Amino acid sequence: MSVDKSTVMRISQLARIEVPECDQDQLVDELNNILTWVEQLDEVDTEGVMPMSSGLPGAVLPQRDDLVSAENRQPDILRNAPVSRSGFFVVPKVIE
Amino acid sequence: MSDLTALTIAEALEGLKAREYTAEELTEEHIKSIEASRALNAFVLETPDQAVDDAKASDARRARGEVGALEGIPLGVKDLFCTKDVRTTACSHILENFVPPYESFVTRKLRAAGACFLGKTNLDEFAMGSSNETSYFGPVRNPWGQVVDDAGLVPGGSSGGSASAVAAGLCLGAIGTDTGGSIRQPAAFCGIVGMKPTYGRCSRWGIVAFASSLDQAGPMTRTVKDAAIMLGAMVGFDENDSTSAQNVVPDFQACLGQDIKGLRIGIPKEYRVEGMDQEIEALWTKGAGLLEEQGAEVIEISLPKTKYALPTYYIIAPAEASSNLARYDGMRFGLRVDGENLEETYMKTRAEGFGAEVRRRVLIGTYVLSAGYYDAYYLKAQKVRRIISEEFASAFDQVDAVLTPTAPTPAFSRGERTDDLISMYLNDVFTVPASLAGLPAISIPAGLSSHGLPLGLQLITRAFDESTLFRVAGALEEAAGWSPHPLKYQGS
Repeated sequence: MSVDKSTVMRISQLARIEVPECDQDQLVDELNNILTWVEQLDEVDTEGVMPMSSGLPGAVLPQRDDLVSAENRQPDILRNAPVSRSGFFVVPKVIE
Repeated sequence: MSDLTALTIAEALEGLKAREYTAEELTEEHIKSIEASRALNAFVLETPDQAVDDAKASDARRARGEVGALEGIPLGVKDLFCTKDVRTTACSHILENFVPPYESFVTRKLRAAGACFLGKTNLDEFAMGSSNETSYFGPVRNPWGQVVDDAGLVPGGSSGGSASAVAAGLCLGAIGTDTGGSIRQPAAFCGIVGMKPTYGRCSRWGIVAFASSLDQAGPMTRTVKDAAIMLGAMVGFDENDSTSAQNVVPDFQACLGQDIKGLRIGIPKEYRVEGMDQEIEALWTKGAGLLEEQGAEVIEISLPKTKYALPTYYIIAPAEASSNLARYDGMRFGLRVDGENLEETYMKTRAEGFGAEVRRRVLIGTYVLSAGYYDAYYLKAQKVRRIISEEFASAFDQVDAVLTPTAPTPAFSRGERTDDLISMYLNDVFTVPASLAGLPAISIPAGLSSHGLPLGLQLITRAFDESTLFRVAGALEEAAGWSPHPLKYQGS
């Protein structure tokens, strides 16, 4: 499966990364290069194999009670905000 | 007073204990060393004032009889670990001004053990790279470049700043992170020891995430013993990381110096890959011979799907990265580049904030997770990952440790591989399989190339069997006779 320019533009939209016109052709080549190379996995018979999604096989995620463990840290949380006002994050208008 | 930057951690702990010097003196000497070696670009942030304050506090604790496992030891910290009130960037433009309001678990543990932090070390942006060339703060030099008259010799990556700093005597040890080889490969390129513990040994809390099912912190030092000392102070259960291991933590130093008689060492035949340096193959054979001479039994084993590990990794790691890096949207922290509307602000922020390699990996990851391609790429890769993990498990029915080279070549020159992505990715061909299986692995310097550059050998053991890993690594280190003396950088 190779990707064309329109697919790459669709991925860039999904990933919310702008790709300028001048970079598009090169990016198509680079992504195809990588995708063609990873497609060698098709040679491996994976019939009936359970996908491994954890860092170690058989890992079990522990559960704990859903309790508040941190105190109010509003100033900490806002400290790195690009724009904040009156204890809130300020973001571009979301609703037209 | 002898050169305090040439000590190992173990020696420095002895010297501090014997009151031959203070932690403050030890730290001051390293600060001078950092200042004299700025041309390496190993540190992206120096914190000398904090380091001296920490050292004075350490001396005061020692005077009161409170002595931690790393009491007074000056270390470097990869700039991927969040350090409270100290800028943490992942060497990305998007986090260029980020100052964490909290401390990572691993750095908190190290501080509690008495370590003094000299500053934050350089890395490939978001730990994505094998040569430290993708850092927003510029490339790092490998001090071994002096030997081959190449100032642009790469230190490997992604923990290139930590590796270069330890190799050149800018700190007694450093911490790195390893997702597909980012501790082990730079350790091999710079002639030091680099260790990745079992997945889950070190909490990932406060480490800027790259690929969460693979990321692990680990020590980078000049000796195996130093790695064991440091690791002991980094591990432990952390309820803030749901994958943090609750396994009993052994005394990692206890197994050092034990003989390796009767241990079975596996040599996986599939690691004889095309394009591997002749010298590295010779070193590998020599390493096996050294272990055999000490009474280990060397056995050829088979890990048939080894060649599929790298393509598996280059689906899984970008997929997880695309998800993890979705948080950098310019709203709550990090860079914001304003557009005409919200959508455009996202698009511009991420285009400008991420470098080329990070953008590429996020795009690949987005593609392999997208509707219609998920099964063919991502799910397929997760299945192959299971097969690779099971092959290791079978191999460990036969052997106690696996010996391989760390990287297929010695360090290369800056710019040499940046045009060919796959050739850059191939650097990790020997380190990625253990990452996929979550196994502990260590790289130790074992010899020199004909040009005089360091070469590393890698050992891999069963999950949570770091004890055997350190035991065999210690034996191999001693037999290989590598000098732990730092290579001072004279360049400017």
